[in-house]
Amino acid sequence: MPKVFYTQPDGTVVAVAASPGDSVMATAVRNGVSGVVGQCGGSLSCATCHVYVDEAHRDELGTPGEDEDEMLDCTASDREDSSRLSCQLIIGEGDVHVTVPPEQL
Amino acid sequence: MSRDDDVLVVGAGQAGVQVACLLRDAGHRGAVTLVGEEPVPPYQRPPLSKGFLTGSLGADALALRDQDYWGARDIGLVLGEAVTEVVRGGHGSGRARTDRGRTVAFDRLVLATGATPRRLDVPGGDADGVLTLRTLADAGRLRDRLRAARDVVVVGGGFIGLEVAATAAALGARVVVLEAGSRILGRVVSEATAQHLAAHHHANGVEIRTRARIVEVVTDGGDARAVLTTDGAVRADLVLVGIGAAPRTGLAASLGLRTDGGVVVDEHALASDGTTLAVGDCTVLADPTPWGDGETSVRLESVDHAVEHAATAVRTILGESTPHTAVPWFWSDQGSAKLQIVGLRRPGDVATLRPSGSGRHVVGFHRRGRLVAAEVVGSPAEFMALRTLLGARHPVPVEVFADPEVALRQLAKQARSATVTAR
Ligand SMILES: Cc1cc2nc3c(=O)[nH]c(=O)nc-3n(C[C@H](O)[C@H](O)[C@H](O)COP(=O)(O)OP(=O)(O)OC[C@H]3O[C@@H](n4cnc5c(N)ncnc54)[C@H](O)[C@@H]3O)c2cc1C
Ligand code: FES
Repeated sequence: MPKVFYTQPDGTVVAVAASPGDSVMATAVRNGVSGVVGQCGGSLSCATCHVYVDEAHRDELGTPGEDEDEMLDCTASDREDSSRLSCQLIIGEGDVHVTVPPEQL
Repeated sequence: MSRDDDVLVVGAGQAGVQVACLLRDAGHRGAVTLVGEEPVPPYQRPPLSKGFLTGSLGADALALRDQDYWGARDIGLVLGEAVTEVVRGGHGSGRARTDRGRTVAFDRLVLATGATPRRLDVPGGDADGVLTLRTLADAGRLRDRLRAARDVVVVGGGFIGLEVAATAAALGARVVVLEAGSRILGRVVSEATAQHLAAHHHANGVEIRTRARIVEVVTDGGDARAVLTTDGAVRADLVLVGIGAAPRTGLAASLGLRTDGGVVVDEHALASDGTTLAVGDCTVLADPTPWGDGETSVRLESVDHAVEHAATAVRTILGESTPHTAVPWFWSDQGSAKLQIVGLRRPGDVATLRPSGSGRHVVGFHRRGRLVAAEVVGSPAEFMALRTLLGARHPVPVEVFADPEVALRQLAKQARSATVTAR
């Protein structure tokens, strides 16, 4: 089973077993990982699921679509090159490492 | 009020779940029991009228928390039982009894009982094939019936009705929306936004008939066949009734709590006895926006409100009474149209259309020159900027709002850094 590793702003890491096909957002919310809110349940309406994706698997997780890309410009914590909305990050066979930003909208 | 109080939450929906989870996140030490009458683990409702109906999301995808979450957080989750009776002791404490005979003792009671769909009060209004949509069970029935339906009549041009109409049309049904008012979304969005969405639905093959007066649902062997209006009959093998939901106040009323179109709560989410808490769809409260007049009462039915209101209730339980202020927001995906609303509009607010690209629609509402609300279709980024600006109480004069040269996203960034500095 793949795992998602969530690094909190204070450096602690929470590892959660995940199912392929689930999103990084849903996996966090269902397991109570703090810092990922996911209010709209993944319908690209809220941007409360912002994360920074580890360099290593940016390619495998694809690139943001147009709406996601524009929304990332408005996140509460500043956008970086590695910024994604985690409801759009679908877990495959491998582990995923992300960092949770200090603030969500 | 203390961290050791045993808390009973009645209703395992969006708001109730949030109360239970936040209590544990905040280090609450007392027992936390969450009782829900639905037989399934807590789930999200919004997809019920959208992705769940099209089949793009299965029931598993709706779960609010994983199965092991509850045990790991020491939250007592009781499903498939309704709280039917509460006996009060002193200082807010008491015992609740469920319809299965279980009793739960508590020091603090939280009502998160939600709302229940209004039914169509005409002959045939309760026939098979006349459905309402609130629960996963409702949505399962609707989904099964939609597969075979050719003629779908949606009664009510509100959020749920229009979402289902869009989904049904996308699935290939002939869809007619019968709306009693002079336009769709009468109470909830402005004229301009209603027109924009009506055009969208029309382009997708959904027919909308306004000022419709329904006389009867004609049935045959228990199944719907047509909806009879004062203007004639509309063929229907499936009728979805989306005419709003009534708050579930029965338990509150039996406790002698004040109800007035919902359980009346103050800015700490406290009911009229000063100790029972109530949150989410079942409540009415004073307009919580920074521009509220303290007199206008509102009942808000949204995920955002359920979640934020729960946070207020939890602070109250923990004794950190911060009053509930919020700029509520809401979304409604109607086929390919994403409607988003922030703030609470009031009659008399001045509507200003912001010039935006094709398919996009952005309208703001000013009260005494201050931006207090906005409605956006098809532009989630612009919406987020507006949400940030309203949240930061950043003044956005009409001229600025209406100026296409002003990048709202840039303004929002400035507003954000200004609030950060101000802290
Ligand atoms: C089809 C649909 C689509 C929606 N779409 C959107 C959307 O796109 N965006 C948005 O922001 N909002 C949407 N909403 C609204 C949102 O889902 C609600 O505002 C939110 O669920 C309210 O949460 P709540 O906990 O107050 O009530 P609910 O979620 O209704 O939960 C109340 C629960 O309490 C239980 N209960 C009641 N009485 C008792 C009792 N005595 N004992 C035990 N259990 C009891 C009920 O069975 C229910 O499970 C939608 C709602 C529906 C129905
Ligand atoms: S969960 Fe709302 S945008 Fe990702």
